[in-house]
Amino acid sequence: MAAPPTLIERSPVMTAGAQQNAIVFEDVVMSFESNQVLNGISFRLAHGETKAIFGVAGSGKSTVLKLALGLLKPDRGHIYVLGQDVTQMDEEDLFELRRKIGMVFQEGALFDSLTVRENVAFRLMEEGSASEEEIEQRVRESLRFVELEHTLNMFPAELSGGMRRRVAIARAIITQPEVLLYDSPTGGLDPVTSTTIVELIVKQRDVYKTSSLLVSHRLQDAFTMATHYFDRRENRMKPLPPGSHAEVPMNFIVLRDGKVIFDGDAHELAQSKDEYIREYIS
Amino acid sequence: MCAGGCITRMELISPTELAREKVLSVQEYTFLAWRSVTNLFRTPRYWDDMIQQADLIGFGSLPIVLAACFFTGAALALNSASTLSRFGALSLIGQLVSIGIVRELGPVLSGLVVAGRNSSGMASELGSMIVTEQIDAMRALGTDPMKKLVTPRVASTVLMLFFLTILGDFLGLIGGNVVATLLLGLDSHQYWSNAWQTLVFEDVFMGLVKPLVFGFIIATIGCYYGLTTKGGTQGVGRATTEAVVAAMILIIAVDVFVTRLLMLLLG
Repeated sequence: MAAPPTLIERSPVMTAGAQQNAIVFEDVVMSFESNQVLNGISFRLAHGETKAIFGVAGSGKSTVLKLALGLLKPDRGHIYVLGQDVTQMDEEDLFELRRKIGMVFQEGALFDSLTVRENVAFRLMEEGSASEEEIEQRVRESLRFVELEHTLNMFPAELSGGMRRRVAIARAIITQPEVLLYDSPTGGLDPVTSTTIVELIVKQRDVYKTSSLLVSHRLQDAFTMATHYFDRRENRMKPLPPGSHAEVPMNFIVLRDGKVIFDGDAHELAQSKDEYIREYIS
Repeated sequence: MCAGGCITRMELISPTELAREKVLSVQEYTFLAWRSVTNLFRTPRYWDDMIQQADLIGFGSLPIVLAACFFTGAALALNSASTLSRFGALSLIGQLVSIGIVRELGPVLSGLVVAGRNSSGMASELGSMIVTEQIDAMRALGTDPMKKLVTPRVASTVLMLFFLTILGDFLGLIGGNVVATLLLGLDSHQYWSNAWQTLVFEDVFMGLVKPLVFGFIIATIGCYYGLTTKGGTQGVGRATTEAVVAAMILIIAVDVFVTRLLMLLLG
């Protein structure tokens, strides 16, 4: 009896592509009951690249992130994350893969019965491979990255909205994941706090070269990311010299009616002739 | 009529769709119940969470279970007294209270009290975690919520309800004894002697098997309704209420079947 076809036999081209990219979406269709949210979307996220996903409310932006993480299963299509097809994996295998991925949820999704220290240390404690001292050290490092080391023993309810997002970022990066997924990290925040979050994302992109998918409603945040870089010596975000935007690994996707209608960099987005995109970015 | 002048309409669901939803719910519940047991034999095991839940469920429910069983034992003695005295058999009150409490009332009452307190607690806690994406966050962090949240609750509830029922039975007998000695003027030694001697293996076995079944129902129902919460804070409230109602109804219904089954098995 012939052996069942393997993943490699089924789609050799995508597997090669999947290995070169951090995330690959291939003709993904997703519906919630009778509402089709994604209607055959395809895109690639290269290693080290940050891609911002835009679209109106209900266009399936957050769904894309949950699909990439394997929290949802698509009706059709394939999703490759770090070379593995998450659509074909069972929950047990996905737990292993998710250890290489960090996710920042829309409202932070911190565990409200745990302190900031326990929230940030959660993944390390679950893995059980690090000593108490190492966990403490890495928790402090992560919180220092988001400039919230003083909140160690506080509970999420005692933090402001912006602080909760920053703790969520600290929790997501503690194991230095290969891929980071941000779900509206600046949504509902004031401009100053939003800039702080944007700076952290840029820092993660430029210092650790982490591949990231970012969902946002705020176009100006993504343009800031595309026009700035993180200066390690001065430890702050600085604008790029004029004409050097292409040097930043930052691209954009625009979703409309369940399809990708734009996939390119900031310059291409600004130059787009598409009426819908022009209206969206104006 | 809503604020905007619109008329709220009740959406009708077709019988086929309703049946499909119910079958799906039973399937999901069965899967959750099965996983809660099989996870006991898989790593990682969350001993700390089990101890924490045991403390919350066991010691937290202790006062109300003891109080409920004590007063039920006393009421049972009072109600039985008038009937027994008509036949001149008041001295047998210890037997009646003992059989009633150990075989039936102790396990069912303890189950109902723990269901009211903990099914709702589990449903609201897990439901809140669902609506605030904490369950998704847990999965995203590489942790199985079934192992971390459901299995410890199920194991702890089964174990603690077993011991709560034993203590509840004892308090029920004490309640009967208080009524028998203080109100009916019976000899305490005679009461305890009757209560003790009338119990046979089948009575004790039946009384100790039931809390294991009821504990399983309470925890799995609470977790199931919590993890299937939909619709924000209103959904959490609905899940909490439904969990308590379902757990209580199931305890009472399953009690009949377990009693009959054990009677057949034990002869």
